[in-house]
Amino acid sequence: MDLRLLSERPSAEERSAVDALLGSPERGDGRVAVGGHAVRARRHLLLPALHALQDAAGAITRGGVAYISERLSIPPTDVFGVASFYELFEVDGPGGVTERPCDDIACMGRGVAPVGAGTHVEPSACLGQCDRGPAVLRHEPGRGYTVRTGGAIGGPIHQPRSQLRLLRRVGAVDPTSLDAYLDSGGFEALAKAKAMGGEAVIAELEASGLRGRGGAAFPVGRKWDGVRRAAGDKVVIANGDESEPGTFKDRVVMEDDPFAVVEALALFGFVTGAKEGFIYVRGEYPTAAARLEAAVAAAGERGLLDLAIEVRRGAGAYICGEETALFASIEGFRGEPRQKPPFPNEAGVFGRPTGINNIETLVTVLEVLRIGGATFAELGTEGSTGPKLFCVSGDVDRPGVYEVEFGATGRDLLDLAGGVAAGRALGAVLFGGAAGVFGGDDALDVPLTFEDTRAARLTIGAGALIVFDDTTDFEPVVERIARFFSDESCGQCVPCRVGTVRQGESLQRMFSNPASTPLEVRLLGDLAKAMDDSSICGLGRTASLAVRSAIDLGLVGAAHG
Amino acid sequence: MFGAGGGTSSYAEIEETDVILMWGSNAREAHPIFFHHVLKGVHNGARLFAIDPRRTATASWADLWLGIDVGSDIALANAVGRHIIEEGLHRTDFIDAATTGFDAYAEAVDRYTLEHAARITGVPASAIAELATAYATAGTAQLCWTLGITEHHNGTENVHALIDLALLTGHVGRWGSGLVPIRGQNNVQGGGDMGALPNKLPGFQDVEDDTIRSRFESAWDAAIPTRSGKHISLMNEAMDEGEIRCLYVLGENPMQSEADGSAMARRLEGLDFMVAQDIFLTRTAELADVVLPAAGWGETEGTVTSSERRVQRSRKAIDPPGSARDDIDILAGLARALGHDWDDRPAKDHWDELRLLSPMHAGMSYDRLEAEGGLQWPCPDEAHPGTPFLHGRLWDRPLTSKRAPFVATEFVPPVDELDHDYPIRLTTGRRLDSYNTGVQSGKYSSPRRIGGSIDLSSTDASNLGVEEGDTVRVISRRGEISAPVRIDPTLRAGLAFMSIHFPDDTDVNQLTIDAWDPKAGTAEFKATAVRVEA
Amino acid sequence: MADLTLTIDGGTVTVPEGSTILDAVRSVGGDLPTLCHGPTLEPANVCRVCMVEVEGAGALVPSCSRVVDEGMVVHTDTDRARHSRTVVMELLASSADLERVDDRFSAWMEDHGADPARFTGATIEGRPAKVHDDLYVRDYARCILCYRCVDACGEQHQNTFAITVAGRGFDAHISTEFDVALPDSACVYCGNCIAVCPTGALEGKIAWDMKEAGTWDIDRQEVTRTVCSYCGVGCNLDIHTQEGAIVDVTSPEDHDVTLGNLCIKGRFGWSFVVSVDE
Repeated sequence: MDLRLLSERPSAEERSAVDALLGSPERGDGRVAVGGHAVRARRHLLLPALHALQDAAGAITRGGVAYISERLSIPPTDVFGVASFYELFEVDGPGGVTERPCDDIACMGRGVAPVGAGTHVEPSACLGQCDRGPAVLRHEPGRGYTVRTGGAIGGPIHQPRSQLRLLRRVGAVDPTSLDAYLDSGGFEALAKAKAMGGEAVIAELEASGLRGRGGAAFPVGRKWDGVRRAAGDKVVIANGDESEPGTFKDRVVMEDDPFAVVEALALFGFVTGAKEGFIYVRGEYPTAAARLEAAVAAAGERGLLDLAIEVRRGAGAYICGEETALFASIEGFRGEPRQKPPFPNEAGVFGRPTGINNIETLVTVLEVLRIGGATFAELGTEGSTGPKLFCVSGDVDRPGVYEVEFGATGRDLLDLAGGVAAGRALGAVLFGGAAGVFGGDDALDVPLTFEDTRAARLTIGAGALIVFDDTTDFEPVVERIARFFSDESCGQCVPCRVGTVRQGESLQRMFSNPASTPLEVRLLGDLAKAMDDSSICGLGRTASLAVRSAIDLGLVGAAHG
Repeated sequence: MFGAGGGTSSYAEIEETDVILMWGSNAREAHPIFFHHVLKGVHNGARLFAIDPRRTATASWADLWLGIDVGSDIALANAVGRHIIEEGLHRTDFIDAATTGFDAYAEAVDRYTLEHAARITGVPASAIAELATAYATAGTAQLCWTLGITEHHNGTENVHALIDLALLTGHVGRWGSGLVPIRGQNNVQGGGDMGALPNKLPGFQDVEDDTIRSRFESAWDAAIPTRSGKHISLMNEAMDEGEIRCLYVLGENPMQSEADGSAMARRLEGLDFMVAQDIFLTRTAELADVVLPAAGWGETEGTVTSSERRVQRSRKAIDPPGSARDDIDILAGLARALGHDWDDRPAKDHWDELRLLSPMHAGMSYDRLEAEGGLQWPCPDEAHPGTPFLHGRLWDRPLTSKRAPFVATEFVPPVDELDHDYPIRLTTGRRLDSYNTGVQSGKYSSPRRIGGSIDLSSTDASNLGVEEGDTVRVISRRGEISAPVRIDPTLRAGLAFMSIHFPDDTDVNQLTIDAWDPKAGTAEFKATAVRVEA
Repeated sequence: MADLTLTIDGGTVTVPEGSTILDAVRSVGGDLPTLCHGPTLEPANVCRVCMVEVEGAGALVPSCSRVVDEGMVVHTDTDRARHSRTVVMELLASSADLERVDDRFSAWMEDHGADPARFTGATIEGRPAKVHDDLYVRDYARCILCYRCVDACGEQHQNTFAITVAGRGFDAHISTEFDVALPDSACVYCGNCIAVCPTGALEGKIAWDMKEAGTWDIDRQEVTRTVCSYCGVGCNLDIHTQEGAIVDVTSPEDHDVTLGNLCIKGRFGWSFVVSVDE
């Protein structure tokens, strides 16, 4: 297209970083030029290209943007708009090293990790390292991202290995070795699936009663069947954009059992007939992305994959965990959710029929294939079958990922995690993360199943339990949650864009002037209703849950409520 | 084409077509809203090909751009035609049923092999073959052009070469397939409609046809010359030869718009008497003996016809300033002064008179034009919906009307040859925010206006040792001007560009050649040989 | 195309397949508030002032984009729908200057009893307007981020992509690349963004100046439809005059050649008619 570029030119490093991704530019001879559809079809490489620039320069510079524009025939304004959407891109930034210390609720009690002198510092929402926080995400030009953690407590797994199904390889099998994976039963589920055929796999999934672990609890068999039945060139996606504060189980799986993710996605592709797959990994999870890329390459080289899999790194946007926002992000647009319908199995990424599941759901499918749907259905409860991963963090003795059968209560999990620190009592538990619900001691006795939590007006969400002890001042916690949503709102729809800000302002007024509490509580209620009813996606619809429950529980605003 | 003086298609068709050829047209800048429709087509999946010496804004949207040498269009078109025939991709059913002259055409294009055309045009043979295959195998295709085709010494031949391609592939006379010359001025089509052509009466009716002429004569109660008049290039010759001594110029600025400007100035200065009727005191008007101030756009009533043959009402929003009057009032007043009984009538009455005499406009009442947002001719009666695309008749079987003729053409290079002394090919065109000689567009403040310049490739600029902004001399065999340099990355070495909008500063027509097309009378503005001196 | 029948507020309505709920509501003389919905643009789905209740749907649905299904049961006037629309209007009006949104919208706000004063806090009101040239003004204190200008500048009409939504959340804003001044951007000054702006955030310079000075008076204006004087495409123009002087030029959005769009010459190049040396 007819681009108009700013006058700044890319540095040699930026140019070669982008060329390494896109290939060398064609030399024009002033006689012919190929452009149009062929070039514009590469739009989806925008996010990887921006990563290449950021990795090279430590910032998204004007010259770098001009070069991406030219190479991909994307208007520079569009490149800028996309880059500015993501937290990790330092648009027009100073370059050099950036450090992002987590200041989110799960690790609040442990303070904020120290940062290096002379670095550019940008405080971050939860980095998904709550088992070993406080954490810092560091970016250094030429060296990429690294995570520095504070209180590592002997790895994320604290359960006897014999009790584990989903986590059985974590910490026990070398995640960088395909042979080790094969030796531990790897790729047997895929072989089994191929032997029985796609339809039989769906029958197994339906018999298993498996529901999605990402929060919506949609029956997996039905979802896969919908994609299988869709006509057209299909895509399957593993959603590894785990960004819910207090959630890190998918990170643990991706880092420590990456081949399982690859196998599960290949299985998804086989059953649905997709030939193309993506693993979308949270940008703050550099180790997960690297291990998955290596796993895809190794499995591909060994001829184990019929599915072409690409690992895509997010770039710091909670909203991209929402499936339609994730599609937009893969396509090279701002990660803005889309109104549904159409649903992904009709028109998903690139407008193609798309199957998408989160990481835990996918690796759980392997277990269904391993033990059979009927056996799987015997695990857990009738309405909530199988094993489930929970992330327990906050003021507990051993924060980590815990695998239990559905039916376990919060108290069971708290016990597994060693309970609240010695000498302290429980303040509250936030079930489900920032988009979740606070519960008190009585909530700990609710079995954490889909059906029981619904009845008790709790939530499993993505499987986080953030524990706060009785010394917690909940006002900053609730304010941080409100700020999380206003920071992470994509800004598209008014109820969320303005509503999340108004929610935070209302809380501030309430906390600084307790006499205003009744008025603010009413206002928050009005806001919550409108955000829940009218937001485009789940972010706006859940942004008031934790705040409302904290008020209801008397954690904040109680004196005058 | 084939007897009708207008493009065959509606803009809406290009949104639904499979292949679009933009040939010698930078519509992105010169016809921006037409290009909106092109881009809708592109977004709907159409493949876009651009044939232009420059990689223009239009060409940068293309799936394939072919950067031909200026004036080599016929060689390219004939090679495309030859390749289509050689590959057996031509529509023999259509050719057999609805055309004449195919054999002669096939023979004429036979020597334009891909390799031969590649040597003439500079474009690789593979690109020519790709264009040919795409056009021939498209379900529907639109072939669009503008002045890059017509402003040549053989502009009419160029157009024939393109029409031949449409006949060869059946890409005419169907929804989505057509030939689309996009008009450069808001009523150049309407001027033709109204008979402002030397050989036509209103409705493209031949002045030399006795029956037609007598119908007009009886309606007008006046004798009409029995022979075609002169087009502008013949008028120029007649002025040179002293045959024309008196000139009445309406709304035209030949002092700045005609090729070989110094020759034009000598002509106009040598006249016995010149009248200029214009909305501005143009350079031409400055030379006139009498200047008649005319009302302009927004100050008069009437109709205009667009590039899709759509007649639309133009209306008066404000009063003309001072003593300016409607063109038609001035003409009527002049007629009265010359002793004819012409009354002052509203525009609608003139239009209704036209509808009586021009069958293609007969059904277009003012009421309908108003209610239906314009109508596309032909519209022969008030029940007729107008005609979105022309020549559907060619698909009637059996064919009940005239066959469409192939017209074989030969490549003849531009008249102004490149040589050691004049090694750079200068071509001309428009920019987005400006228009023609700038008489109208120069009056508003555009943040995008870059003024007159000589645009050079970076190679030529560095060979000359000049940089952006340096003033250079541009010299042709006819004249010399100075202009600031602009480095344009869309130009290849040996190709230079000037816009036509700033004749007061950079009068490109001091350089251009008035070699003209014998049929249309259009001069070869697009191909001038120059040298540039620092 | 087949017709579909649905129920709106208890009444039966039949509309062609592909119609939206809003189309259906309007087909029987009803209406709903809209802001981001542009007649020539794909629904952006973002302002959320047109939400209605559809039986069986969990959340409210945007009437401007939700296509009608056979047998759909729609309620436009429930407490739930009105509550949501009211709060959204309040949120909008508390965060941007809506003074120049058309009268219909203020009527809707009144109808719903919207009280923006309930929500104080962050606002973009008071941001200085960007006046960089003689053609148009970007008065972003009035911007509600409806995406219409971005869509018109982008793929849906102009394909120039001079502006985008940059940033995120409440900081999201309309911007050129790196927020450079308009002349440095890709802008071609077609003004097609002005044509779709519902709030007066984008305005022709003459109109904006007159509104600032309080001399813009729509009741004393006449609109004359004609055809552009420049190239041969045949774009229709509406010449807006006030007391015999041209104050604005637009193109009708129902004109199939332009859909309300023009180029720089058509929209702004008319000053020659009032030029002094005529």
